Amino acid sequence: MAYKIIRERFDQYLQQLKKDYRLFAPVVLNGKGTFTDTDSIRYQEINSIGEICFDKKSNFSAKEVLLPITQTLFYFTEDNWSEPKVDDKKLLLFVRSCDIHAIRRLDDIYLRNGFKDPYYKVLREKVRFCLMECEQGFENCFCVSMKTNTVEEYDMLARPQGKFVYVTVKNSELDFFDGKAIEIEPKFPQKNMTEVKLPRRLNQDIAGSPMWQEYSARCIGCGRCNFVCPTCSCFSMQDIFYKDNANAGERRRVWASCMVDGFTDMAGGHQFRKSQGDRMRFRVMHKVYDYKKRFGYHMCVGCGRCDDACPEYISFSNCLDKLGKAEEADQ
Amino acid sequence: MSNIYLPFTSRIIKIIQHTDIDYTFFMEYRGAVKPGQFFEVSIPKYGEAPISVSDIGDNYVGLTIRRVGVVTNTIHEMKVGDSLFLRGPYGNGFDVELYKGKEIVIAAGGTGLAPVKAIIDYFTEHCGEAKSLTVMAGFKSSKDILFRDDFKKWEQACDVTLTIERVDDDGIPCRSGLITRYIPDIPFKNVDEAQVIVVGPPIMIKFTVAEFLKQGVREENLWVSYERKMCCGVGKCGHCKMDDTYICLEGPVFNYTKAKTLID
Repeated sequence: MAYKIIRERFDQYLQQLKKDYRLFAPVVLNGKGTFTDTDSIRYQEINSIGEICFDKKSNFSAKEVLLPITQTLFYFTEDNWSEPKVDDKKLLLFVRSCDIHAIRRLDDIYLRNGFKDPYYKVLREKVRFCLMECEQGFENCFCVSMKTNTVEEYDMLARPQGKFVYVTVKNSELDFFDGKAIEIEPKFPQKNMTEVKLPRRLNQDIAGSPMWQEYSARCIGCGRCNFVCPTCSCFSMQDIFYKDNANAGERRRVWASCMVDGFTDMAGGHQFRKSQGDRMRFRVMHKVYDYKKRFGYHMCVGCGRCDDACPEYISFSNCLDKLGKAEEADQ
Repeated sequence: MSNIYLPFTSRIIKIIQHTDIDYTFFMEYRGAVKPGQFFEVSIPKYGEAPISVSDIGDNYVGLTIRRVGVVTNTIHEMKVGDSLFLRGPYGNGFDVELYKGKEIVIAAGGTGLAPVKAIIDYFTEHCGEAKSLTVMAGFKSSKDILFRDDFKKWEQACDVTLTIERVDDDGIPCRSGLITRYIPDIPFKNVDEAQVIVVGPPIMIKFTVAEFLKQGVREENLWVSYERKMCCGVGKCGHCKMDDTYICLEGPVFNYTKAKTLID
């Protein structure tokens, strides 16, 4: 059902929802950006629609909610374990089409790649999506090329317009609006400013290309491209103990990055992919080649956050485009 | 739903010291386990480390652990009766059935001998089940030799070539140089059918495999075990991934026809 309601009513609705849901949406954090006087847009808990940033792309994705940067796996005392408690509330995430597609990729790794991850599963089952529309997409977005510009799997849609909010509710569990139903079609971008000629016939032969070593000269291995990516899912495990009681502590997992030193280091000193060029090749091939071999579609969803975040202005979309065009020229 | 990250407690029932830095810990364990599989071994506050199984017995497994980091240093300070924390076994392991009735050659470099030790034990204890068994093990120096007592036992039941890179005389009969030098001497009866297992550091695997191929061993009869960083052991953390393959899930044991396609 779809409705046109005034903003105050929508905020009341959010308050009603908050009894059973935690609401997460992109919010502008004033002055928290990378550079002086810049803002950061990140997922936070919200209370009203006015807090949500609809007109800009978030710097980080909703991945932060399902797969926290640091997540406690269990607490330990001398010979006992205890798992962290999970809040009973469900989660309503305000997300764009590409980010819903990205969570499907996380589902593949955490639920369908061998064993099921219990921490991810328990949060994922509680998630409902509220679609945020993007009419044109933003700078560096290339969702149309990646075919993630449209989506069916959302539970509701919210489109603020002036004093009103247009709402579509597909999941009856979230539908307690009253009033006259109207018709709303979700708006999806049909063209982005950035278009990518995707490589169609990639194979391992490209691993030997000198092109990758260009990145060794530019990439500084900061890993920002991984951390802002809504589909990057790697982590490392850490044990910590409390300063005031060395017999108690916790085992955690924290986000990891294949672009950063130490990712492949083994005990005894062996390491693989030492150059940044090799790491770039590994990341690019994961996003648009080997993931598809395993799961049937590309991992990259074209959100362009890696391009937004790179301090060296390395463009992932440009790299894909270069591979695609080289392939075309070869034909 | 069971939590794959929660370890279980296992008591140390015996410790054997091989070198200054390599010990085997025999741990209580009831359950199925195959040679080449690994456990995530941990001590709270210090962390986890993937360790492959070197011995398999009734109600125990042997884990050969080299002291090379925070976790393993701490394990080395533990005594019989103390407990460690385990998760696993993970990985595919070696399928012993595959090698039955064949000429088998096992070539191991350094600590690479640990993951294949249980296969050597099996075929030396069940002599009739393989046409022949040749064990080649290379170490840097005589100080680094693992499983000295087992070598004496194996020599009774199969052909053993023990090599050390740097010749020093401490009374152990072994040859000098790398094991690749002695591969041409293997008296294969039917090289087309011979099954060869190669485990060791990446550079050793590369040259050893090349030498076996030169001798006419077929790619599909070559088996390697890859060691990679594995934090979770269950296909989530991504550290061990090569191409679309998760070493912890689909490996660490690979047929060479697959292994040769995996680029780091």
